[in-house]
Amino acid sequence: MKHVISVLVENEFGVLSRIASLFSGRGFNIESLTVAETEDKTISSMTIVTRGDDNIIEQITKQLNKLINVIKVVELTESVQMAREMVLLKFAVNSGPKRLELLRLVEVYHGRVLELGARSLIVELTGERAKIEAALDVLAPFAIKDMSRTGMVALARDSHKN
Amino acid sequence: MKEISGAQILLEVLQEQGVEVIFGYPGGAVINLYDHLPEYSCRHFLVRHEQAAVHAADGYARATGKTGVALVTSGPGATNTVTGLATASMDSIPMVVFTGQVPTPLIGNDAFQEADIVGITRPCTKHNFLVKRVEDLERIINEAFHIAGSGRPGPVLVDLPKDVIAGKCRKRKVAKTSLKGYNPNYTGHPGQIQRAVKVILKARKPVFYVGGGVVLADAAAKLTALARALKIPVTTTLMGLGAFPEDDQLSLGMLGMHGTYRANMAVTESDVLVAFGARFDDRVTGRIDTFAADAKIIHVDIDPTSISKNVDVDIPIVGDVGDVLDKMLELIEGSARETETAAGGHDEWLSEVEHWRNLHKLSYEQNEIIKPQFVVEKIGELTQDDNPIVSTEVGQNQMWAAQFFTFTKPRSWLTSGGLGTMGYGLPAAMGAQVAFPERLVIDIAGDGSIQMNSQELATVVQYNLPVKVIILNNGYLGMVRQWQELFFNKHYSSTTMNHAPDFVKLAEAYGALGLRATKPDEVEPVLKQAFTHPGPVVVDIVVAAEENVYPMVPAGEAISNMLLV
Ligand SMILES: Cc1ncc(C[n+]2csc(CCOP(=O)(O)OP(=O)(O)O)c2C)c(N)n1
Ligand SMILES: [Mg+2]
Repeated sequence: MKHVISVLVENEFGVLSRIASLFSGRGFNIESLTVAETEDKTISSMTIVTRGDDNIIEQITKQLNKLINVIKVVELTESVQMAREMVLLKFAVNSGPKRLELLRLVEVYHGRVLELGARSLIVELTGERAKIEAALDVLAPFAIKDMSRTGMVALARDSHKN
Repeated sequence: MKEISGAQILLEVLQEQGVEVIFGYPGGAVINLYDHLPEYSCRHFLVRHEQAAVHAADGYARATGKTGVALVTSGPGATNTVTGLATASMDSIPMVVFTGQVPTPLIGNDAFQEADIVGITRPCTKHNFLVKRVEDLERIINEAFHIAGSGRPGPVLVDLPKDVIAGKCRKRKVAKTSLKGYNPNYTGHPGQIQRAVKVILKARKPVFYVGGGVVLADAAAKLTALARALKIPVTTTLMGLGAFPEDDQLSLGMLGMHGTYRANMAVTESDVLVAFGARFDDRVTGRIDTFAADAKIIHVDIDPTSISKNVDVDIPIVGDVGDVLDKMLELIEGSARETETAAGGHDEWLSEVEHWRNLHKLSYEQNEIIKPQFVVEKIGELTQDDNPIVSTEVGQNQMWAAQFFTFTKPRSWLTSGGLGTMGYGLPAAMGAQVAFPERLVIDIAGDGSIQMNSQELATVVQYNLPVKVIILNNGYLGMVRQWQELFFNKHYSSTTMNHAPDFVKLAEAYGALGLRATKPDEVEPVLKQAFTHPGPVVVDIVVAAEENVYPMVPAGEAISNMLLV
């Protein structure tokens, strides 16, 4: 099962590598990992998407907590999380009907066109993972030239404190 | 206050931390530190290999309960500490290791004797630090000691770039160390403890399963009091030996792969298993789904990650095992009637255990060739009034020491349990002897392992540390040979040690006393001579070459499935 874990860490050199080596050393898997500073510059926030049964997830959260630089670990279950992912896509499409079709689909997924060139197009899509996956399925036939995904970022909702 | 150098700050903080002993080895990157070392009260012991410095700090820590300290140079000096750190990390030994590093501007440039030791040791330390500014040095050293010695203890490495040690700043006595992300929980949850005691009082076939955590928490006396009050039999892990007196009727001895028959049977048949500071290691549990399969499991440990890692636990209690035992003792004192009934109700169970004890005792047959088990028993017999400290190497020698020595006191047993590090015993014994110059310190060694750190004979001679190295010389990497005999059709591939040095001459070459026994009736006089000799001694005891350690649970089998001969 997929799990989202939010981790607050001290913004110190080597912390990312401690987390990464914890996962690799103990055979846990990382599907995606994002890091950025929080409003407090000495603290960073990570969102880790991982897979495993309940025992594994329990071990992961305990092991993360055990790291000295980790301040807080929260497992965000689906009902309490607000999660988003962003993807940038570059398409090789000339102006013409194909491009129009593409733009229409991008709109369906509430995407934004960031750059419109003569032979290419850069699009930004933001949303829940499922929506991104669905959009990528639909857009796949349009010759995606390049793609960059952020991985998931998530926050606990206030109405469902956990 | 005037500015002083990083080197002086470090040495002053060590003094404030109460560090009396450093095991170390100099080099270019730490030369400034060594320059100031003689100005401070800390005694420095110059080892002959950095691995030994770390094992010595480890042995010192195990024997005293204090945090051990080692100091080495950058690059190869630092990488030589890795095995020692991993050994200490696996066995939760408090230790701070200082490594030199190239100057900060050169870090990352593949400078001479540069190694990314913080990167290398991340997985085998509790935590590690690279000090980037001399202004951070004092705080970081204090944090290092705080982390090493608190919670579940462990080794911490502090990497010291040369310019940081040489740099100057003011030293200010740092206020109490506090770390945002580190706050070990010492007090066990009262509700959980109450539930646990209820279950224990109702148990018909309870067993206490006691690990190294009880030794580390200095809680052996409390554990012993609880077991005696409730008449509950106690088995210890390899790391837990000494946490419960083995001459007590309630002692089951060690459990696991080379555990006693009665310990493994009792755990298998138990209805309530209480783990104190133990971690359900695979060498203890064997096949996990058969381990105490019918028992309710109560697990007391300071490290939450140990709980429900390998087995599902019914009642987890996170906390200091000493605190939890205090509360358990209070609760049973408060319900004297139930306690008495419970204790009395265990008679049947204890007689079953007694039956197992008599069915298969640890045994061997002493004939015209010296049996290694006989040597260990003799060591025990000759030293029983001396409160000796026993270290071991790894392999059969270690298991025979664990089985045939009668452990009655905590912190008198130094063995590499989790990592199984050959070459641990001599330097660890050296560290313990530094802490206790008057006590008898014995390394029970194998002919293979002793060669991994025998250079430390020079150190023990130099400082007149009267360590007694007793080599159970079977001419084999015996434990591996045993596996080859039992599971690989006696295909003895690369396990014969027939090119060992003459250990008597080796001892003499270093200036130690060398002795040898080749016949059973020579064992006692030779050991006596060794134990009364004022200096370090190596005793080469030629033992039966193909003797095996039994009982043995083949790897991955149920622990009730023991090979008995
Ligand atoms: C550093 C290291 N290398 C290899 C091993 C694997 N190993 C475990 S026991 C053993 C044999 C040890 O031989 P010896 O010291 O003679 O002890 P014996 O078993 O013969 O008593 C070996 C090679 C180990 N534990 N540690
Ligand atoms: Mg041997």
